[in-house]
Amino acid sequence: MTEAELRIFIGIVQHYFEQQTGRLAEMGTPFLGDPNALPIFDFTGVIGISGNRRGCVYFTAPSEMLRQILVHGGESDVSRENLADLAGEISNTISGNARRAFGHEFMISVPIVVTGREQSISLPESVKAYVMPFRWREQDAALVVSVV
Amino acid sequence: MKKLLIVDDSNIIRSKIARCLGKYGLEIAGMASNGQEALAQFKATRCDLVTMDLTMPHMDGIECIRALREIDAHVRILVVSALADKATAILALKEGAQGFLCKPFTESDLTEAIGELISDDDND
Repeated sequence: MTEAELRIFIGIVQHYFEQQTGRLAEMGTPFLGDPNALPIFDFTGVIGISGNRRGCVYFTAPSEMLRQILVHGGESDVSRENLADLAGEISNTISGNARRAFGHEFMISVPIVVTGREQSISLPESVKAYVMPFRWREQDAALVVSVV
Repeated sequence: MKKLLIVDDSNIIRSKIARCLGKYGLEIAGMASNGQEALAQFKATRCDLVTMDLTMPHMDGIECIRALREIDAHVRILVVSALADKATAILALKEGAQGFLCKPFTESDLTEAIGELISDDDND
């Protein structure tokens, strides 16, 4: 991934939060993640990438952030099922929007949602994983992009 | 009152579309989480309008649009998808959708897009 490509993902995250919540996500400095210690919060939506690029994109966030996004959007059902659904939907939206820049051969899978901080996400060590941390309403979350 | 079928693998997106377009005056006649369910529900309800996600398990949105077109040449289909590239929008329109709305969307984006679909239908 190039710096310009990482900026594409940062822009998509900012657009998502601004449009859906009226409040910008404060983006931190992206860094190269340790493949054995990648960030994980309560709910993680993972999208597999195939086609002209290969790898995965995942969005991980705490329950409270997801709950507040649902409530802001007028959703009264803030069950764990819906928090998981939102994590998957955000990862799907971010990856799908990336096709505007990467083209239609940037193929995305349906999301797989991992629940719980005790889980871990294992990515191939041969593929660099870029972590894009951000804060929204005092809560930390991250987007991780590991694509060649 | 026009009848709407909502097709999306996300429960919260189905719920958001139903809330928004229910207020807009459409009858929510069915909801489906993939293309196969959508076809079964469409045959049972014969809706006037469909909102269609593209990336779904079992049967994706493009395949479902093709199948819906074989059942009913007149149903109006609005694609609501995160796939933001032009080629996908063109393909969806070529296969028989009349509109394309990119996720994430606001309530006003959705009502505007569905309004255009209904208005085009009334003018036909």
